[in-house]
Amino acid sequence: MVTLDAKIPDGPIAEKWDNHKFSVKLVNPANKRKFDVIVVGTGLAGASAAASLAELGYNVKVFTYHDSPRRAHSIAAQGGINAAKNYRNDGDSVHRLFYDTVKGGDYRSREANVHRLAQVSVDIIDQCAAQGVPFAREYGGLLANRSFGGAQVSRTFYARGQTGQQLLIGAYQALAAQIAAGKVTLYNRSDVLDVVKKDGEAVGIVTRDMLTGEVSAHSGHAVVLATGGYGNVYYLSTNAMMCNVSASWRAHRKGALFANPCYTQIHPTCIPAADEFQSKLTLMSESLRNDGRIWVPRDMDEGRSADQIPEDERYYYLEEKYPSFGNLVPRDVASRNAKTVVDEGRGVGDLKNGVYLDFAAAIARDGVEAVKERYGNLFDMYERITGEDPYTVPMRIYPATHYTMGGLWVDYNLMTTVPGLYALGEANFSDHGANRLGASALMQGLADGYFVLPYTIGDYLAPKLGDSAVPTDDPVFTEAVQSNNDRTRQWTSKTGGTHGVEHYHRELGKIVWEYCGMARNEAGLQKALSEIPALREEFRKNVKVLGSPDGINTMLEKVNRVDDFMEFAELKVRDALHRRESCGGHFREESQTPEGEALRDDENFAYVGAWEWNGEDAEPTMHKEELTFENVALTQRSYK
Amino acid sequence: MSKMLNLKLKIWRQDGPKDSGAFLEIDAPGIPEDASFLEMLDVVNERLIEDDVEPVTFAHDCREGICGTCGVMINGQAHGPERATATCQLHMRKFNDGDEIVIEPWKAQSFPVLKDLMVDRRAFDRIVEAGGYISAPTGTVPEANEILVPKEVAETSMDAAACIGCGACVAACPNSAAQLFTSAKLAHLNVLPQGQPERWKRTESMVETMEDFFGACTNHGECHEACPKEVPLDFIAMMNRDYVKSKTKNRSLTSQ
Repeated sequence: MVTLDAKIPDGPIAEKWDNHKFSVKLVNPANKRKFDVIVVGTGLAGASAAASLAELGYNVKVFTYHDSPRRAHSIAAQGGINAAKNYRNDGDSVHRLFYDTVKGGDYRSREANVHRLAQVSVDIIDQCAAQGVPFAREYGGLLANRSFGGAQVSRTFYARGQTGQQLLIGAYQALAAQIAAGKVTLYNRSDVLDVVKKDGEAVGIVTRDMLTGEVSAHSGHAVVLATGGYGNVYYLSTNAMMCNVSASWRAHRKGALFANPCYTQIHPTCIPAADEFQSKLTLMSESLRNDGRIWVPRDMDEGRSADQIPEDERYYYLEEKYPSFGNLVPRDVASRNAKTVVDEGRGVGDLKNGVYLDFAAAIARDGVEAVKERYGNLFDMYERITGEDPYTVPMRIYPATHYTMGGLWVDYNLMTTVPGLYALGEANFSDHGANRLGASALMQGLADGYFVLPYTIGDYLAPKLGDSAVPTDDPVFTEAVQSNNDRTRQWTSKTGGTHGVEHYHRELGKIVWEYCGMARNEAGLQKALSEIPALREEFRKNVKVLGSPDGINTMLEKVNRVDDFMEFAELKVRDALHRRESCGGHFREESQTPEGEALRDDENFAYVGAWEWNGEDAEPTMHKEELTFENVALTQRSYK
Repeated sequence: MSKMLNLKLKIWRQDGPKDSGAFLEIDAPGIPEDASFLEMLDVVNERLIEDDVEPVTFAHDCREGICGTCGVMINGQAHGPERATATCQLHMRKFNDGDEIVIEPWKAQSFPVLKDLMVDRRAFDRIVEAGGYISAPTGTVPEANEILVPKEVAETSMDAAACIGCGACVAACPNSAAQLFTSAKLAHLNVLPQGQPERWKRTESMVETMEDFFGACTNHGECHEACPKEVPLDFIAMMNRDYVKSKTKNRSLTSQ
């Protein structure tokens, strides 16, 4: 029987973390070298955790499927990282960042975790500046800031449009120093296939060497998953091609509860798909909405080019519906409204799958040079991808999956329901509730890795002093290696398959996007619940994987991941079906205000839904962690 | 609908580092001009799979030009014909109907071919491990604004830090030299006040590790031409100057 104990420390919210740091058990400096910790993933959360644990003295084994740790998808974050430094003297504080994050998450996150995140945010900036992250500076040499959605203060630190890359290089360099010092062993091009348990505790992992195909076991006293989110369940998303849910999903199958899988953030300003071969979508910074006007033609059969459509035949739907916020409504509202007009048949572009984001008014008002100064890089990127010049033709945009707030359930120590198994960064569910604010993903990944796990992991390890890690010839490992070897090899031994793995991934994405995307309803979700298992069955029977399992085989790598997505998608839909309220990134059409806004149901749904795996042929069980709000009052969002 | 291109491809296929390899010549009809170069390869691969031929292996991930995973030689040019553009951001509208396109892996001894178009760039990580960091253990650092960094210095550091580690510089160089990569890694840290304490040790160690793996620089500048982030050649001059200085500065404190 699973019991959810979040282990939230006692005391006033502002003192909980300090109290907790004092009350957790410590491992003395000389004893840390007696513990082996496995870290999976080298994005912001994984690299920062691995480097910090190694600096403390632990022996760390770090695994990545990339050729170099520096390539993890944290690298693609553009905008920035929040911190409650109050450098602008504009009234920011730890409490305000905490408040904004809980409110932005539509009151579906855990207060204690969010407050800790806001507290350590200031240390992150210090840490990164010391590592040499080239943050933007003022002329006097002080750090610069900009403002971001969902906040009324300027607290976002940035490094051109490449903040994610620069923070990741900082963490990667700290990791490289520990690799050179021999405290971290790096396993690159290693795909994690499974988590291994003994006597209920996590004791290691099973990996596939992506160069040789060898499946092998790795043992440690604790296992840390920092393996990112599940956005690629939609096939098309802004995630990198290799991003997957597999490590989290295999952990889930081993007993780790999966929390709020229905929460997905859809980013409103991405470039629409150009053709059926589209492999991923590219995000354009939402800062564009500051100066761009969003519209579609009023006439559904409009055939003229944008510049030929007169003003009174254009439908500026956000400006009309939300006069006070206009084009700057939050991400979820902007996304849903784009879907509505495209579904009505008003979409623009050859495939009628986008809306215009028009800079003509800004150019007429401020001049081309001013617009170039603000958005030049983004305009160049758009031109490169679409072949259209946004200075003369309106951009076409459409929402796309961007970030996933749900993830493995973790307690205050970031430990999952499997003792010894931790989840960090986007892989856990803890801090963003039902919606994440801009510039907060980088903050959370680094908070978990630099400043939370290094303190909390000792509490689990300290009592294990003197225990050696379970040897990899133990039956739990040899059996896990065998079963994962069998699972992987089954795909290439099939004959007579019809389509490659890409085809099935694309089909799965269509179902999940259609019925569990920007807007969800009972009938659609029920439909998805019957279509997904049918597709999964066909996929397992007919997928065609060529080549050998003994060597580089990128299709074979992908087939295991899609296999896991096929199971995960069903849980995601089930979660969306059960949550008969709208909150943040989860919009149930049955639950909206008369104006069409998301309507929460705090009385019945102010909880975390954490799902327990009961086997392939059994329905999962949901456990609830009730959320209590003692420091933030629950309110209804309104952007009219 | 977007215009379709009919292309003739010559794609390098090689089973492993020891295999001799050969070109696969294949027609690629009906490629939409809005597809990216890698999406064109996706289409070719899906067709190969339908014909029971193992798909072509190539490295890729973010497809936004920032992770540095992708990169192939396109008609002899690293990342192809468009300036300041990684392979994943190159789109097929830059090609014409009927074109023949030759696609090969990075060609450099220190980047051995793993399979088809995928190479092993781990030598880059060895260079970074040799000193490409500032020793600042977590939690031990001063308040961020206590160390001022002039705006111009931060911008120069950022110009260097923009390097995505793709390896096009090495692939484009007739000597397979890694000066542009190494100098970018060095300049990122060496111009910053936080990077000064380890500057000379870092420079000497990284340059010598680079020389263990890569060829010598003879100032062709092909690296900069191929660089998707347009990392300036000036950093190489700065690295050379710092390296010479490091030889005396690292000898004893009094020499500084």
